[in-house]
Amino acid sequence: MTLALRERLIPFALPATDGRTISADMYADKPVLGVVFWCNHCPYVKAWEDRMIAVQREYADRGVQFVLISSNDPVQYPDDSFDAMKVLAQKKAYPFPYLFDESQEVARAYGATRTPEIFLFDRERDLRYHGAPDDNFENPGAVQAPYLRDALEALLTGRDPATAETPPKGCTIKWK
Amino acid sequence: MRIDFLYWEDCPSHPEALARLRQVLADEGVTDEIHIARVDTIDDAQRHRFPGSPTIRFDGVDLQPEGAQALAALTCRMYRTESGRLSPLPTIEMIRRALRAARQTPKEVRHDTGTA
Repeated sequence: MTLALRERLIPFALPATDGRTISADMYADKPVLGVVFWCNHCPYVKAWEDRMIAVQREYADRGVQFVLISSNDPVQYPDDSFDAMKVLAQKKAYPFPYLFDESQEVARAYGATRTPEIFLFDRERDLRYHGAPDDNFENPGAVQAPYLRDALEALLTGRDPATAETPPKGCTIKWK
Repeated sequence: MRIDFLYWEDCPSHPEALARLRQVLADEGVTDEIHIARVDTIDDAQRHRFPGSPTIRFDGVDLQPEGAQALAALTCRMYRTESGRLSPLPTIEMIRRALRAARQTPKEVRHDTGTA
């Protein structure tokens, strides 16, 4: 079952493409933490990739931290191997850690089903937004509802996100 | 003209892709049937030489031939649009251009790209 709004962040500790092991509590000082299920091969991820990078860069100074997690089975989808993740993170100069959930336990614990799929937590690490980055994966210039940005602005200014949940739109997570 | 539309159910782009294909066919006055094939297994994918969902072929020629060279796979397909963006969907204009090219190409010079 997918983590519900207002439920608590589920702790994790996973290897990152930069050689570290990243856990959620490393960002305890951040007022907003986004756990984003991600991967290399999915065209929806590719379509939103530059926007996610831009949002992370834009909001980093305000204490927003995203952590990207790939849980896909790299045997079926070699483009999602840990080595391929390392290459992508370096090539795109990812401003966020990119973690490999090899056992898929984290994805299962969150009830994640798609890539990309955002779980956005407030300072208390309660889930406050879940879903897609915005309403138009095809054209950044045609976005009518910037769900993620709106949720970030709300949380950073002590408000409830006007839209707290949207259907995640993307590729299915590739289970073993 | 033979029109093939191949899709994998797990990838959510296919309803919109099929709607776009139908719109282009209507705009262009093409009334030929769309042969819709659902690809469910890797064996299906290999048999259809299916590089990802959605895949559209006009008389056997892939809408974006360079993308059709990928290995057969159950996956969402990546398209590069006219503006250079990566997208899980071909644009209306990409579909229209491929259709018009197919209509202008004599059948004997078209390549078989694996339509089953």
